[in-house]
Amino acid sequence: MQFTPQLEDKLKKLMRNYPIKRSALIPMLLFAQDEQGFLSQETIAEIAGRLELTVPQVEETISYYSMLRKKPAGKYHLQVCTNISCLLRGGEELFEHARKKLRLAPGETTPDNLFSLEEVECIGACAWAPAIQVNYQFHHELTPERFDQLIRELERSRT
Amino acid sequence: MMGETVKIRVDDRELEVQRGTLLIEACRAAGIEVPSFCYYPGLSLQAACRMCLVEIEKAPKLQTACTVPVTEGMIVRSNTEQVTQARRSMLEFLLGNHPLDCPVCDKGGECELQDMVFRYGASESRYGEAKRHVEEQQWSPVVYFDAPRCILCYRCVRVCDEGMGVGALSVVNRGVHTEIAPNHGDHLECEECGMCIDICPVGALTSGAYRYKARPWEMQYTSTICTHCGDGCKTTLSVRNNKILRGNNRDRSGINGEFLCIKGRYAYDFVEHPSRLRQPLIRRGRELVETTWEEAIGTVAAKWSEILARRNKAANNTLAETSEKRSEGFGVIGSNHTTNEENYLLQKFARTVLQTNHVDHHRTADYAALIHALANESAEQPSQAQRPPLARSKDIVGASAILLVGNNPTEQHPLIAWNIREACRLNGARLYIIHSRRIPLLRQSHRFLPLGLGHEADALRHLCGEPEATQALLGETPSGDNVTADLLNDFRNRLQEEKDVIVVFGDEITGPDVSLLIRMGSRLSGQTRYIALGDYSNSRGASDMGLLPHLLPGYRPVGDAAARAFFEDRWKSPIPATVGLSVDDMVAATLQGGMDALYVVGANPLKGRNPEDFCGKTFLVVQDLFLQETAQAADVVLPAASAYEKSGTVTNTCGELQRLRKAVGVLGTRTDLQIFASLAAAMGATLHPSQPEEALEEIRQMVPEYNIPLANVLAGGAEAVLNPNGFKPLAAPAETSGRVYSAQDTLFTSGTLGRFSNILNLVPERNIRKEPGPA
Ligand code: SF4
Ligand code: SF4
Ligand code: SF4
Ligand code: FES
Ligand code: FES
Repeated sequence: MQFTPQLEDKLKKLMRNYPIKRSALIPMLLFAQDEQGFLSQETIAEIAGRLELTVPQVEETISYYSMLRKKPAGKYHLQVCTNISCLLRGGEELFEHARKKLRLAPGETTPDNLFSLEEVECIGACAWAPAIQVNYQFHHELTPERFDQLIRELERSRT
Repeated sequence: MMGETVKIRVDDRELEVQRGTLLIEACRAAGIEVPSFCYYPGLSLQAACRMCLVEIEKAPKLQTACTVPVTEGMIVRSNTEQVTQARRSMLEFLLGNHPLDCPVCDKGGECELQDMVFRYGASESRYGEAKRHVEEQQWSPVVYFDAPRCILCYRCVRVCDEGMGVGALSVVNRGVHTEIAPNHGDHLECEECGMCIDICPVGALTSGAYRYKARPWEMQYTSTICTHCGDGCKTTLSVRNNKILRGNNRDRSGINGEFLCIKGRYAYDFVEHPSRLRQPLIRRGRELVETTWEEAIGTVAAKWSEILARRNKAANNTLAETSEKRSEGFGVIGSNHTTNEENYLLQKFARTVLQTNHVDHHRTADYAALIHALANESAEQPSQAQRPPLARSKDIVGASAILLVGNNPTEQHPLIAWNIREACRLNGARLYIIHSRRIPLLRQSHRFLPLGLGHEADALRHLCGEPEATQALLGETPSGDNVTADLLNDFRNRLQEEKDVIVVFGDEITGPDVSLLIRMGSRLSGQTRYIALGDYSNSRGASDMGLLPHLLPGYRPVGDAAARAFFEDRWKSPIPATVGLSVDDMVAATLQGGMDALYVVGANPLKGRNPEDFCGKTFLVVQDLFLQETAQAADVVLPAASAYEKSGTVTNTCGELQRLRKAVGVLGTRTDLQIFASLAAAMGATLHPSQPEEALEEIRQMVPEYNIPLANVLAGGAEAVLNPNGFKPLAAPAETSGRVYSAQDTLFTSGTLGRFSNILNLVPERNIRKEPGPA
């Protein structure tokens, strides 16, 4: 299968960084996912081939890491942390609020493909709990109100 | 061969162990118990289960004994309160999501988890949540998976990837959702060896053939030798009420350790196949109808005696013969599956009672040429005679290099392939492959010399330094590889540097090419040993026992008067002096009406032919398990017992003698040995001995290679038949006659026997997997 020249470039650089081919697996998957939105069977097979791995070996990795996905996500992928620190500071309530607000169950995407929602374990932002991650952007010390405001801003920026 | 050692102390015991040994191994060797689930000798380290935790002085926390190598002065405690507590907690943790359905689980009674809980407690659980339930899944006709029972030790994943080289299993998801997954979503496409099932410490992976059938304590266990390929794995058959319920080798005794392929583990089911012959058949007109043993034996004996009498009369009266069409008399075709004792007696019967050297079997490897070439070699270079020239199957694991010429061991010799992978994986052995196809073992190979089919001898000449041969190999091969002079020289130079090479070769190398191979091998700088790969469970034994038209037992030429005299003296009967006909010649002669009688034992030489063409062409007697092509053309069919229904010995393709033990009986059948004795008796002839033990004794007296210590064999072990130091050159070169060719069985076929194994016919891979072609 064909990747875009930009992606090919990135992948080539990556491969050079690792003396053991398979070490490049996770970043390769991430780069491919960033560009394509998700990891298709085709992409998985292609990457497996390049790294001399079997498809099941790549699937193992994907299924282990929640940041890697095999289904398309929304334009804004909202990851709400409900691990200890966030939990103590209202993370669960925040997650519940997000579900109601967006009318989404975990793992689902809104019909307009704008938002998708996921409950995640600690994202390393404990000091600013509760935290959520939107794509690669972090948002700290959220309350339901600040969450709604964030959603409004994102909706505006769609156009 | 102890290297540098270190001193450690475990629970107040001083131990001296080799540096680098894993602590768990050091403890176990000294009889100190360290429980484990995920640790498995020979597989990569996983440290997943934490059962092996011990205290090591100066380490802040408990350490996993399965990953820590011993170091000088290490002080270890394996029996403190803290360690006991840790074991109990680990078990409680494992049981958190375990269904504890031991009363219905196949593993109950031989489950490692059950044993551990029994031993180390954790009888109560503090886990109050609902257990996560997943339905049982069928992954293939032989593999079932019950996820909740899985303790995630990853043994199955590792044995499939590392041991089998297949990699069909993986671990998906994480945390409490972690599961073992098959390679094709909801099912497996693999070698169906069942290794993963056997290695599973719990009842998570279960066998399609055995599940919910029995409990381990209600069965009897008979260890015997697999009757399929030539590797001779020991398989332990679990039997209840005269029915084989499973095959495995969990005690790891035998040359194969715990390894078995699908055939050794599951393909015992032919024993009770509905079309199994259970009564003698006799031809009445066009029909084969059931009859009694008495009538069958009587008919054969009478007819044979009549032919013998006529031939004797003709021989005394040469005038009469000229008027009659010349006939070859008796032909005897033996089996690759019957025991040494049976093979020995069959050829003795043929040569003495039936007065013929037309004795042969389907030859699948040129053992005769190998033994002969090695004998010549050691006569030329006496120094070579000191070394054992034939490798045993386990020797592969310890060799520093392996040269594979032809064959596809992954399909045809699963145990040899397993050993080769182990050698490469654990000992860094270098694998050199000379092949016309891209076989799966290329994944393990160090150097590959691709060539066109039939050019194997050229490759050997190239290795011997013959420039014309090098020329013949250059260019593109049918497999699409480009062979350059550099590649060829590099291959030769690398191989030349090796100090300890085991040469493994298939039917690509036969006849004079075998001598060429030995010549090549003797030019290597160090020790060279050989393994010829032949197809079935006792191909080697059939050769060794003289089921050959030109060779007596022990490869003594039939044309050699001294060799004949030796046997005549013992057998108290003359032996014909002329070399007999090969299988092909006998079949051809039959078609022309040139054989008076043909006696086929445990073989199907008419495979793929129309039996009609042979009906009435000769007096044909067939002794076998099933009514195959040859039997369909027979005048009398005698139902024989299979290898799992008798005792005796067989010799595997590496020349290792092992013992068959009777696991079950099939009503109506008789062993080949019993049938020979009854036939001889009915003819008024004597054929001794009639018991397998006595027959083996006679073999040992008449075939010096078999005069080896038996204690080990009787106890279920293996002994190499060629005593390394007593290797004796043969008196005279043997004429070769007849073809040597492999049946090219795959993992899922077994000559014509495989037709009658349901399990081999059920697995989908039988049709999906194709022999790797040139592409
Ligand atoms: S049956 Fe053998 S090849 Fe198939 S998954 Fe199990 S270990 Fe692997
Ligand atoms: S299925 Fe069995 S062998 Fe495989 S990980 Fe689970 S418990 Fe271990
Ligand atoms: S490798 Fe050969 S001898 Fe061993 S189990 Fe398989 S068929 Fe039987
Ligand atoms: S617990 Fe939420 S960021 Fe660490
Ligand atoms: S045996 Fe050591 S962690 Fe499993």
